[in-house]
Amino acid sequence: MDELTLTPLKTAIEPYIPLGRSGLLPALHAAQYIFGWVSESVASEIARALRVPLADVHGVIEFYSLFYNEPTAKRVIRVCTDVACGIKGADGILSHLCSHHGLEPGQTKPDLTLTIEASPCLGLCEHAPVALVGNDAETNINLEKNTFELGRPPSLVYGPIRLLTAKCGNGTTTLAKYGKYSAFTKALGMKPEEIVNEVKASGLVGRGGAAFPTGIKWEGASKAVADQKYIVCNADESEPGTFKDRILLLDDPHRTFEGMLIAGYAIGASKGYIYIRAEYPYIFPVLANALSEAREAGLLGENILGTGFSFDIEVRVGAGAYICGEETALFESIEGKRGFPRVKPPFPTTYGLFGKPTVINNVETLCNVPLIVAQGSAEFRKIGTEKSPGPKLFCVSGDVERTGVYEVPFGVTLRELLDMAGGIANGKKLQSVLFGGAAGAFATSEHLDVKMTFEDLRGVGLPLGSGVVMVFDETRDMGDVLKRLGHFFAHESCGKCYPCQMGTQRQKEILDRVADGKALADDFVRLQDVGWTMTDASLCGLGQTAASAVLSAMKLWPELFVESQKSTVKSQKKDEVGKKKIVAKVKAVKVKAKAKTLKKR
Amino acid sequence: MTENLTLTIDGLEVQVEKGKTLLDAARENGRDIPTICFHEATTANGLCRMCVVEVEGMRVLQPACIVQVSAGMKVQTRSEKVDRARKTILEMLASTMDLSDAPEILTMMDEYGASHERFPDAERRESEIKDDNPMYIRDYSKCLLCWRCVQVCADDAQYTFAINFEGRGYETQIGTFFEKPIPETTCVLCGQCVGVCPTGALKPKRQFLLETGMKPEEISVMNTGRKKRKS
Repeated sequence: MDELTLTPLKTAIEPYIPLGRSGLLPALHAAQYIFGWVSESVASEIARALRVPLADVHGVIEFYSLFYNEPTAKRVIRVCTDVACGIKGADGILSHLCSHHGLEPGQTKPDLTLTIEASPCLGLCEHAPVALVGNDAETNINLEKNTFELGRPPSLVYGPIRLLTAKCGNGTTTLAKYGKYSAFTKALGMKPEEIVNEVKASGLVGRGGAAFPTGIKWEGASKAVADQKYIVCNADESEPGTFKDRILLLDDPHRTFEGMLIAGYAIGASKGYIYIRAEYPYIFPVLANALSEAREAGLLGENILGTGFSFDIEVRVGAGAYICGEETALFESIEGKRGFPRVKPPFPTTYGLFGKPTVINNVETLCNVPLIVAQGSAEFRKIGTEKSPGPKLFCVSGDVERTGVYEVPFGVTLRELLDMAGGIANGKKLQSVLFGGAAGAFATSEHLDVKMTFEDLRGVGLPLGSGVVMVFDETRDMGDVLKRLGHFFAHESCGKCYPCQMGTQRQKEILDRVADGKALADDFVRLQDVGWTMTDASLCGLGQTAASAVLSAMKLWPELFVESQKSTVKSQKKDEVGKKKIVAKVKAVKVKAKAKTLKKR
Repeated sequence: MTENLTLTIDGLEVQVEKGKTLLDAARENGRDIPTICFHEATTANGLCRMCVVEVEGMRVLQPACIVQVSAGMKVQTRSEKVDRARKTILEMLASTMDLSDAPEILTMMDEYGASHERFPDAERRESEIKDDNPMYIRDYSKCLLCWRCVQVCADDAQYTFAINFEGRGYETQIGTFFEKPIPETTCVLCGQCVGVCPTGALKPKRQFLLETGMKPEEISVMNTGRKKRKS
């Protein structure tokens, strides 16, 4: 590429030069916007401009799925092949599209006009099956009728309470409609430690999956002494089956900004970042517009409302890496590095983004904050249960009549939630529910009356996770579901620690055999050892939960994993005799395998 | 003045200097904890997870090479959980890469009763030997991704930044900018990466040639690519 061709790049990356290495992801995005991909000469120019070693730039491009260092079209169609779309015919859509355009998945037309690829969960599960066409969501794709919707994805929001989602479901709420951040204005009249105490007293815990007490996090960061602190909003919503943050940001961005402002004031931070996944491109202009609205109204920027408090928000876009939802990997990504999770401790509250004290909260968590400040923690605690106070968003997808986000108080049962969603679709029976996401666990009809609170779910071994409730009817092939989960984790492991790096690959290989009805003699024990090794010994939450759903499936449907038995599970009622028989069979298979090896000798 | 902390390792009460890691503490007190990625000269990243131990009150196993001692800690260096993790990690390694030049790991496999054939039909990480410079060869079929080479090439020692990672997850490999041969990178042939490689993935060119059956007198500037010194 000659100097002339690089001219638009030089102009485009100029704003990122002062950011140094932290400008690497924005600069690579800018380059791909111009060229569709990052060639050697483009990468060299970016490295030179940002003063990042060449090998490191290459390492970053290689890490992120959505950065390409081979010729790729500017127009990419990404077909989601994860679980929620998988059960609704995603594979057929991908192969139909590919054959229509004469491409294989992952290939680009020679004239660089189109690339088609399979994608991990696009966070549009309530509209499955889906694809992302350029910056538009293609939803409810129906090959038979040849119908689909293209553009901004509709927000399907239901539930008996509408606190967090009060302004969701009718397009983007403007600042004029949202109102001038009354909770933040109230907070400005409070002492920072009063706000921290209020959030502590509310009992709010993180809604991203880990359920860490938000107030404790804030307290840690507020007590840390530093010249600079940060608020980071984790909008890298990538847990398969999760789409609540997409709706919150798309329909009501100011609620998240207000939560961040209150957090910033409470801990003494002047800078906030929203790290949003690249698979939500239709949200970027919404955020940009809402940020200018807030700045124009004097709610962001220097000396806000004349109080001397300054705070502004910068949006950073991921590049196709589930691991960057892990808080420390997210920091690394903002810093312009490969998304490797860091060893903890030190924790973000003392050593976070750029090594500074940082509060990192999920979008939904931050959306609770204005509510707590506005009405007080006592009022907030009236919603939900004693140990799980507040409203909660559940992402209901799969085989129910009405998929969508449901806002409910903690404490409704799974049965009540499924009833709200119109029950199992097409009059079929429930087989199972994937709870909490790919990193979650399976529930069955036995769990229908469990209250959906942290404490009740923990009691029956189900994680609430990010609020995923993915429903499978009696006809679904759980072997295929598990296979997709296996592929997801193998694709998304960062490769840092050995248990996860190799374990997700071995797990995928075994689950492929299981799904094909070709399980080997010892695959049950093999899968269990890999699963427990990842769970016990992995460095971060990804590896520690990469086997969670699989291990739960092994308890529920052991017969799936036994040598050469194709899944035919239709009912979830397992009598004890049946289970014992299966255990006996597993043992028999083991003995047989031993006999085989002896013979060989 | 140093402060000593009292903790329990495998039921034995010990005194250890504050700031030391569990690995230091165990080794000082005659308890063996296996390690793979750990090296005194590089920043410990706790990636191989072979040094994991059980610490009472902790939900998951803890990497002994990183976790610092604290007062009253109760540590188990061997347990069913620990042994299963170590054995499975070793078995996965054996199904992934060529361990023929890694005698220490082969010894660990014997010790933990790890099988080389635990994972049949596993996809292995294989690649061609890269022989592109006069100093060393790179055989990434033998690489177990301990990161030491990348670290010494970067800010742990040399600040050369010639190598980094390619790919992600299981597909990760060590590589250069757009897979350029070493002489076209910033590599200064310092050899530190070769020095810290535990598995023979990085090997001095001379050793490599000797192993192919060449005699020392046959190895010359011709086949190592070294420039002749002026006399």
